[in-house]
Amino acid sequence: MKAWWKSGAPWIWLNGGAVTISMIMVFGLILLILVRGFGAFWPHAVFQTTYVQPGTDPVPILGELRRSQVFTAEAMRDAGLPIPQEQALVTRHLIKMGNRDVTGRDFGFFVADFLDEWVYPEEAAVLERREWGDFYGTPVRLLERGNPVVTDKALWPEFKVRLKRSNQLYDEIRSIERGAIGRINFAIERVRLDRRRAVLRDTLTPEVEAELAQRRARLDADYAVLEARLNELYADAGRDSIVMQVADGSEVTIRLADIVKAWQPNTMSVFSKLGFYLGDIKDFIFGYPREANTEGGIFPAIFGTVVMVLVMSIIVTPFGILAAIYLREYAKQGPLLKTVRISVYNLAGVPSIVFGVFGLGFFVYFVGSSIDQVFYPEALPAPTFGTPGLFWASLTLALLTLPVVIVSTEEGLARIPSTIREGSLALGATKGETLWKVVVPLATPAMMTGLILAIARAAGEVAPLMLVGVVKLAPTLPIDGNFPFIHLERKIMHLGFHIYDVGFQSPHAEAAEQLVYATALVLVVLIVALNLSAITIRNHLREKYRAESD
Amino acid sequence: MSTPASEQPLSTGSLLPSTERRQKLRKRRALRDGLSLYGVGAGGIGVIIALGLIFVYLFYETFPMLKPVSVEMETEFSVPRGADQTPTLHLTLDRFEEIGARFAESGVITVFSARTGAVRERLQIPIPEGERITSFGRGENRRSLFVYGFSDGSILPVRVEYPQTFVAGVRQVTAALSFPLGDEAISLGAGDVDEYSALAVIEGRGGFIVAAGTEDGAMAMALFTTRTNLMTGATQVTRSDYRLPSLGRPVRQILVNESLRNVFAIDERGHLFSYDIVDPANPRLLEEVELVDPGVRVTAAEFLVGSRSLIVGGSDGSVRQWILVRDEQTITPTLTMIRSFRPQPGAVTFIDPEYIRKGFLVGDDTGTVGLHYATSSVTLAMKPVSDTPIARLAIGPNNGRALVKGEGSDVMRVLAISNPHPQTSLSGLWGRVWYEGRSQPEFIWQSSSADDAFEAKFSIVPLSVGTLKAALFAMLLATPLALMGAIYTAYFMAPRIRRIVKPSIELMEALPTVILGFLAGIWLAPYVENNLPILVTGAVLFPLLILVAGFSWSRLPGAVRNLVPDGWEAALLIPVVLFTGWIVVTSSPWIEVLFFDGSMRQWLTEVGIPYDQRNALIVGMAMGFAVIPTIFSIAEDAVFNVPKHLTTGSLALGATPWQTVMGVVLLTASPGMFSAVMIGFGRAVGETMIVLMASGNSPVLNFNLFEGMRTLAANIAVELPETDVGSTHFRVLFLSALVLLVFTFILNTLAEIVRQRLRKRYASL
Repeated sequence: MKAWWKSGAPWIWLNGGAVTISMIMVFGLILLILVRGFGAFWPHAVFQTTYVQPGTDPVPILGELRRSQVFTAEAMRDAGLPIPQEQALVTRHLIKMGNRDVTGRDFGFFVADFLDEWVYPEEAAVLERREWGDFYGTPVRLLERGNPVVTDKALWPEFKVRLKRSNQLYDEIRSIERGAIGRINFAIERVRLDRRRAVLRDTLTPEVEAELAQRRARLDADYAVLEARLNELYADAGRDSIVMQVADGSEVTIRLADIVKAWQPNTMSVFSKLGFYLGDIKDFIFGYPREANTEGGIFPAIFGTVVMVLVMSIIVTPFGILAAIYLREYAKQGPLLKTVRISVYNLAGVPSIVFGVFGLGFFVYFVGSSIDQVFYPEALPAPTFGTPGLFWASLTLALLTLPVVIVSTEEGLARIPSTIREGSLALGATKGETLWKVVVPLATPAMMTGLILAIARAAGEVAPLMLVGVVKLAPTLPIDGNFPFIHLERKIMHLGFHIYDVGFQSPHAEAAEQLVYATALVLVVLIVALNLSAITIRNHLREKYRAESD
Repeated sequence: MSTPASEQPLSTGSLLPSTERRQKLRKRRALRDGLSLYGVGAGGIGVIIALGLIFVYLFYETFPMLKPVSVEMETEFSVPRGADQTPTLHLTLDRFEEIGARFAESGVITVFSARTGAVRERLQIPIPEGERITSFGRGENRRSLFVYGFSDGSILPVRVEYPQTFVAGVRQVTAALSFPLGDEAISLGAGDVDEYSALAVIEGRGGFIVAAGTEDGAMAMALFTTRTNLMTGATQVTRSDYRLPSLGRPVRQILVNESLRNVFAIDERGHLFSYDIVDPANPRLLEEVELVDPGVRVTAAEFLVGSRSLIVGGSDGSVRQWILVRDEQTITPTLTMIRSFRPQPGAVTFIDPEYIRKGFLVGDDTGTVGLHYATSSVTLAMKPVSDTPIARLAIGPNNGRALVKGEGSDVMRVLAISNPHPQTSLSGLWGRVWYEGRSQPEFIWQSSSADDAFEAKFSIVPLSVGTLKAALFAMLLATPLALMGAIYTAYFMAPRIRRIVKPSIELMEALPTVILGFLAGIWLAPYVENNLPILVTGAVLFPLLILVAGFSWSRLPGAVRNLVPDGWEAALLIPVVLFTGWIVVTSSPWIEVLFFDGSMRQWLTEVGIPYDQRNALIVGMAMGFAVIPTIFSIAEDAVFNVPKHLTTGSLALGATPWQTVMGVVLLTASPGMFSAVMIGFGRAVGETMIVLMASGNSPVLNFNLFEGMRTLAANIAVELPETDVGSTHFRVLFLSALVLLVFTFILNTLAEIVRQRLRKRYASL
């Protein structure tokens, strides 16, 4: 023992333990996100039971188990629960019961010992609604314009058919509202701005005035047509409803137009569950958020993140590469350059929020308001670029990731053997030709690596974006069919901010939790994929140069 | 460089282009070369300048806070009076500081241009038939409320406002007189008095109070409660009259605060009598306070905006601030002097508080005007303005202009004041400040409130301490794990596992902190709260069981041990760590039952340790997790690059591997490890999302492990989107961003220099 101690082996073991703990933490964390994120969409079995806590009325429950925890009985007794004295530990279940509008309480904690036997009724159904979260109940009858249509066994298949029809109507309504009406509103706003511009420039002649009025009248007429069609669709969509029985036996009528999806988990086989699960994931990724972002999909957030990162790449790539080439190839090497280089590298370690502060103050308030005054006076006092938006977010992140691109490109340039450079010069090429035809193409993979690392950093960054352009809910996507198609001034949604906002600012924290895990999973997958590709490219590059310099 | 193949005209058979074309080509190539040089140069320098702009801009935004206050004489003109020769009672300015108003003893209010002194209009106060104005009092500046006392003992509260209208897009400001309590003079309590020596009016929550005192010490007060009918919108005023106990001496000044709970009467000796009028029918004398030194008279006293603090000027030029302090033992508040300002050169004659901030102008009998600010307790300017004693002062609502009238002088002077950020003195930002309503000087960050008379509290200390606290706990967790892990990975670990471990931990660095923050806030914080014993058992059991496992391994027969080559200890430990983790988690409730009466959380509270669910420990764990890869990666490089001949030499001389690590590797690589820790610390200081989501964000000032904090970075993220551009708050937030920038920049530069030196040393070894 003493000899073992003296040999220093314990320290080696402890150091090894540090690595093991770190690794287990990393993989545990990723595992946690994977399990919770992927688990969010699985159609869990629905059970029925009664909660009989001594001294209170029994509570009928229909719902699904969210998770269980073990507590000490003492802590539960302190919380006022009548746990028997001899019991030491208590299991507590978190059960999702839905029906937020009926009972006012869609999640509940229940002590396992007070729960009756769990039964899994076959007909128990879950309805995902457009408002008020999920609904748990058993279908009783189907109504068409208030009159019962089916009540028997054929109810559920018939309901599914009618739900499909209602969803198609809903999609049509949404496409009119988002597409056609959105375009008209955009055009009406254009007319208003054109008029205002004419007033400001003092060119509002009667002809111009008449032309604008004509444009406006055309748009109003188009709008009236669409509105009539919408009213028709709305009336049509409100045709069917379903009567459901909830846990306490009372009946609730729900319009099919308010239902997104319906399933009877207890009758589903593993394969149909799997199919349903994949469909759910698809809806999550391509759907729009509902209910203050706590339900529905995250498509605008993914789209916003991607567009912002793309715009950022377009800005950061040329400038980062130019700066790196300048530092490595053209600038006079000396103490001054050394200082500049260290400073640029060190900016990578400066807190991102500082860049956000700079972006808000300089880009938004200073540059943005100047742009507004010069180019968009007709929209004032409503700011166009003088408010946080996509372009400023991208520009701020470009500044933030410049050091990453510069460092990576410089490394790539430094790695290129001087023999290649000298060979090119010896053949009579000018410095510029050597650079652009020989050196830069060889360093392209390094630049790619830098760019991908920059993208990975930018995609995960949230703090500066909260100041310069990301919002909880953006009414429109930054790219659409209206001229000029890319709207750099619009505010965007972002995956990282979505996590922060839904996880911490949402009124239904429990309901939103799963969705946040799923969003986190999407973000992690995105970033891990980007980083892995950067690593692959870098390794590939190293191999290549090793081969060439040999 | 490229020499032409031949100087002679080319023969027709040559493949080379003609000289002309070659020259052209050469020119074009030279041009391109130049273009590349200048293009890249411009681009590169542009980028570097853009990055440098961050520093410049943050300085530029914080700089106005350092600009000295300026008080300049703008213009002067003869007192605008028209035919009215009566003395001036009061002066005011409108909110654009373009027009002023002079309240004369004749009841005329002369409105004049503050630029030229030209009379714009004249308003007349309705004076009861055959009476004259004998006294005058004013409420808070921001309410524009005044009260006239007439020779029959009646009073009339008036309001003078400056409505603006737009005529052809040009702003027109006029003055308008209104009577919040009716335009009839109201007789106040004592009917036999014909002249008040002190008169005050105040508008508070739910009503008005007019209070008056006389030369023989009698005091009366009328409370007007207003009630607005929700249906009709009509306001109904109920009036009740009360008498205050006689002072027995001349009442020089009477003051009522906005809460309508306290009346302060000041006598000719400078003693203040504080009355509690919560029950106005039974006013209680709370205390008698000597406001000034013996032998000195109180020559002016005025509330600051919000009427929570009283500025008292004495005949010796002293200027002091008194507030009602409610300490923990006594329920009744006592009037306490919390600071004195730089004294005026002469006896104070007039005090005019700012409309929305805690600053005030003081005039004295040498004609000097002083500009003071309460919160930062600074005297911003002291300027001789008039050759006669100052009679009246009026500061504009936007603190940009002031009117000054000298005693017996017919000159009205206009001062231009530039004083945008009076609160941000060094002591105001970093020192203890005694704020209104507090019982002692404190470090507080509280930047905004719903109340517009709120005293903003900009102490950076709680935020800085919070930042250091969060970073410190993160480093406590991360440093040992990362450094030990780095030593093992670089020196002991088998290359095959190292190729997996290193990129995995580096990948962790790319993990968005918003995810770590979310997990810490939503999952870890409640989990730890319910399973507190894991902190203790984890800290003990992990190292212990790892050692036990290591020792048992050494006792195993050699045949078994040889199955696993050296450098695989970390892999062997995976089941041990997992098993230990399982023990720690499952034993938690049992430990609570056995040692802590069933709840360690409860036990902590009973012992007297406050516990927040989101606390420094949670932040430390999450942020520690975030900085582990940063430290690990740099430290691992430093250890790995220690020249091999040093370690092999040490081993050849008979040192054990661990002795080699301690004696050779660590000694050589320590600067690199030090710089790794510095860079990790820099990252922890600036991290925003984790702190925002896992700390609770309350700006408390302590190092308690189980309480939250607010860091500089999180504070910026929370507050910057909601501040007014250019306000003091905005600039203080920019200052904190600048502090973060400079701090992390210096830290990183130091680390980089250390690393470069180390690299050089390795190269020379």
